[in-house]
Amino acid sequence: MSTDLEVFPPLRPAPPSEPQAAPPLPGAAVAPSYLTEPHGWASWLFTTDHKRIAILYMVTVTLFFFVGGAAATVIRLNLIAPQGSLVSAELYNKLFTAHGIVMVWFFLIPVIPTVLGNFVLPMMIGAKDLAFPRLNLLSWYVFTAGAVITLTAVLFGGVDSGWTFYPPFSTRSSYTYVVPAAVGIIVTGFSTIMTGLNFVITVHTLRAPGMTWGRLPIFVWSNYATSLIMLLATPVLAAVLALIAVERLAGIGIFDPSLGGDPILFQHLFWFYSHPAVYIMILPGMGVVTELVTCFSRKTLFGYKFVAAASICIAGFGFLVWGHHMFVAGQSLLASIAFSALSYLVAIPSAIKVFNWTATMFRGSIAFEAPMLYAVGFILLFTIGGMSGLFLAALAVDQHVHDTYFIIAHFHFIMVGGMVSAYFGGLHYWWPKMTGRLYSRPWSRLAALLIFAGFFLTFLPQFVLGYLGMPRRYHHYPPEFQVLNVLSSAGASILAVGYVLPFFYLFHSLRWGKPAGPNPWQATGLEWQTASPPPKHNFEQTPVITRGPYEYATGGTDHAR
Amino acid sequence: MDLFAAIGMPEVPLFPDQASAHAGRVDRLFFFILAVTGGMGASVGLLLAVFAFRYRRRTAADRTPRITGFPLLEWGWTLGPILPFAVMFAWGLAVYRDNYAPPPDAYEVFVVGKQWMWKVQHPGGQREINELHLPAGRPVKVTLISEDVIHDFGTPAFRKKVDVLPGRYVTVWYEPTAPGRYRLFCNQYCGTGHADMVGAIVVQRPDEHSKWLRDHAEGSAALEGRKLFLKLQCVSCHRTDGDAKAPVLEGLYGRRVLLRDGSTTEADAAYIRDSILYPAKQVAAPWEPVMPTFQGQVSEEEVLLLVAYVRSLGRGDLPRPNNDTPPPIGAPTELPNAGGAKK
Ligand code: HEC
Ligand SMILES: [Cu+2]
Ligand SMILES: [Cu+2]
Repeated sequence: MSTDLEVFPPLRPAPPSEPQAAPPLPGAAVAPSYLTEPHGWASWLFTTDHKRIAILYMVTVTLFFFVGGAAATVIRLNLIAPQGSLVSAELYNKLFTAHGIVMVWFFLIPVIPTVLGNFVLPMMIGAKDLAFPRLNLLSWYVFTAGAVITLTAVLFGGVDSGWTFYPPFSTRSSYTYVVPAAVGIIVTGFSTIMTGLNFVITVHTLRAPGMTWGRLPIFVWSNYATSLIMLLATPVLAAVLALIAVERLAGIGIFDPSLGGDPILFQHLFWFYSHPAVYIMILPGMGVVTELVTCFSRKTLFGYKFVAAASICIAGFGFLVWGHHMFVAGQSLLASIAFSALSYLVAIPSAIKVFNWTATMFRGSIAFEAPMLYAVGFILLFTIGGMSGLFLAALAVDQHVHDTYFIIAHFHFIMVGGMVSAYFGGLHYWWPKMTGRLYSRPWSRLAALLIFAGFFLTFLPQFVLGYLGMPRRYHHYPPEFQVLNVLSSAGASILAVGYVLPFFYLFHSLRWGKPAGPNPWQATGLEWQTASPPPKHNFEQTPVITRGPYEYATGGTDHAR
Repeated sequence: MDLFAAIGMPEVPLFPDQASAHAGRVDRLFFFILAVTGGMGASVGLLLAVFAFRYRRRTAADRTPRITGFPLLEWGWTLGPILPFAVMFAWGLAVYRDNYAPPPDAYEVFVVGKQWMWKVQHPGGQREINELHLPAGRPVKVTLISEDVIHDFGTPAFRKKVDVLPGRYVTVWYEPTAPGRYRLFCNQYCGTGHADMVGAIVVQRPDEHSKWLRDHAEGSAALEGRKLFLKLQCVSCHRTDGDAKAPVLEGLYGRRVLLRDGSTTEADAAYIRDSILYPAKQVAAPWEPVMPTFQGQVSEEEVLLLVAYVRSLGRGDLPRPNNDTPPPIGAPTELPNAGGAKK
């Protein structure tokens, strides 16, 4: 990386309204940063500091992101030619299984709560740590243990059941390491539950004086909603994967009709978890974007109550729509009708959020720093992804595009275009807080633009492919689909560059970046009212909160209420 | 696509063939949703672009107003989407519903999916693998079952697909309109050969189709089923003579059957399949549950032949018992009405 580091353009000083955190007492010794004290690798591996645990999580999930990304790379390379000449069908099937399992359970689900949430959630509510710091550390060990088990199974043995584990294929017809992979996922589920529990209790009990529910940043609201889903849905996943293991190992008929079981039962249980899991993945991202849009527009959030309530509605409705994955699976007409209607209902709170973010930018002072570029990218891509869901909720259209590339495009717009963008945005936003350093402004903006452009090129052709009928999970395909597949693979290569770039300039900033100072973005969040990187207990003194989270405005009209 | 041809590229379809009336209906709904979402998306995108430009930061001292909300607007965009969403939902349902109402006079075909091929049986006994020949202009009902794992019978040109489950018949129906050759895909991941489980739907003009059927006739499915019925000794119990210990199957298909537990059920294909594979599940009154299971002895294709045979049975069609072949494994060694067997 070259030396074109720049200081961010000087921003207007913080609004002159009442300070949120008391300034350190004059003359008091400034506490050392969480990064430097205590010292040594053991102090990291046995830390109970939420900030250090966030860093531990960051290291692990980043690794898994690149593992899952490597699988995706081979998949896209293989699909350049209709006959799928790069890898065999067996290997291809193992690759898309690995890609799905790693990305869903070891990246998308944990990433924002355990990295960004762990780091900033306690600070945002003025707490010294999470409610159960040791449980937090345990959750990282459990997560890592589960990941090691599953990744060993998936990478060294290979699993070809798809991340969805549909029986009877997974129980009687897959000659691969299905059970070890499932065991690792179950273990990881416990860590998810621990994190969820910790967040819920922290938000209930550790808010600083004056931090009322109506003053919680939306990031906290959405992690709270996410945690509720984690607590309620994850046990079902553990149960259904355990049943798969039982049927495979003991031959007890649960899902396999030839043993007297019912394969549709599996699908109900699996999607009862996995649809809410979609919201586990996207809700925290919505929280991040809310922080970014307000900060970089220097505006109060438009419709705070609606946005907060929408998070909770999404968490609630999210439990009522799982059957939309089964419109062609042989469920009853009545069930399909109900699930179709409810799926439209769940789209409304998501739409509310999009409208409110857009309205927040109205009459703002918008700075397009890298985090804001990611936020705007998120809004666009999430909107497209969400609206493609309206096609799928329509029974007749779903019957045509179900299990085709239309679905692949739909959820990648939400998961990758939305969620990964949100994570990258959040990472760029809080990086100066976490490390105390500023990264390269031009490189970071370039990476954001590359990701956006690469993303479009990768996934837009897949909508067309899907409507044409190209099925998902195909190792080779009819020749008339080649041009669109080549376009998609070309986009993926741009996307890959965009994802690898931050790895370099962020690392570079650790050593050579300019010091960030406590609040480089002039943000109002509590986490910015302390040093960067923060001291072990976050604040020199427990802050007292006297106002809402997004008091950016500096004058003009007030349309409150 | 002239554009692609101009630069020496193969023809690239961007929209699928329409080979049934249903396809047109799905496409109209698709374009409706595309228009609505496109409109919404474009307005959001446009607003973002305008705001991004108009309100870009000029100086560090920009002043911004404190706007915390505007309830009317917010209730507007909370409740506003309900109407277009309701239309999408209702329209989607209206088009989808016809799946559940195959016309009674439909031509019937049976399909067995197994790793990794589709086996098709026509009522006239014609069989095909990975191809399905259909007459244009006539409704067709397809009954499907899987021999192993879940597959999916995907026919993009008809805009329909259905998961093909083991252990259970599912049906789908089409009304092909345009003669041609269309792709058939397995859409549910089923293992190594998933991408090979593909084939063609061949829609033919009615006269061509009749000719095709004639050229490929082998003896009807019912006739093949009759051979099995004799070979498997079904006839040793299901017979018309004397004090039989099993119901006479003539005229059974489509009737309502009284079961021993007092309930009734329709004698459709699924019922007959269950009677052969899981006889204990539904026992017809007033009979004793002595029928052995034929699980493991017959494949799904053979079950379909037996179903076709039972279905074809009218009054007086049952053959007389044939005692030259031994009884099936698991069947009682004594004939239920031993003694009166020969007349
Ligand atoms: C050992 C005697 C026996 C044999 C052999 C036998 N069945 Fe049966 N079957 C019965 C009896 C008794 C019933 C009525 C009780 C019940 O529903 O299980 C019956 C019921 C049925 C029914 C349901 C009839 C109704 O009225 O509901 C069908 C269909 C049937 N059998 C088909 C077959 C076929 C096909 C075979 C050969 C593959 C076969 N059976 C072999 C004894 C037999
Ligand atoms: Cu879902
Ligand atoms: Cu398949």
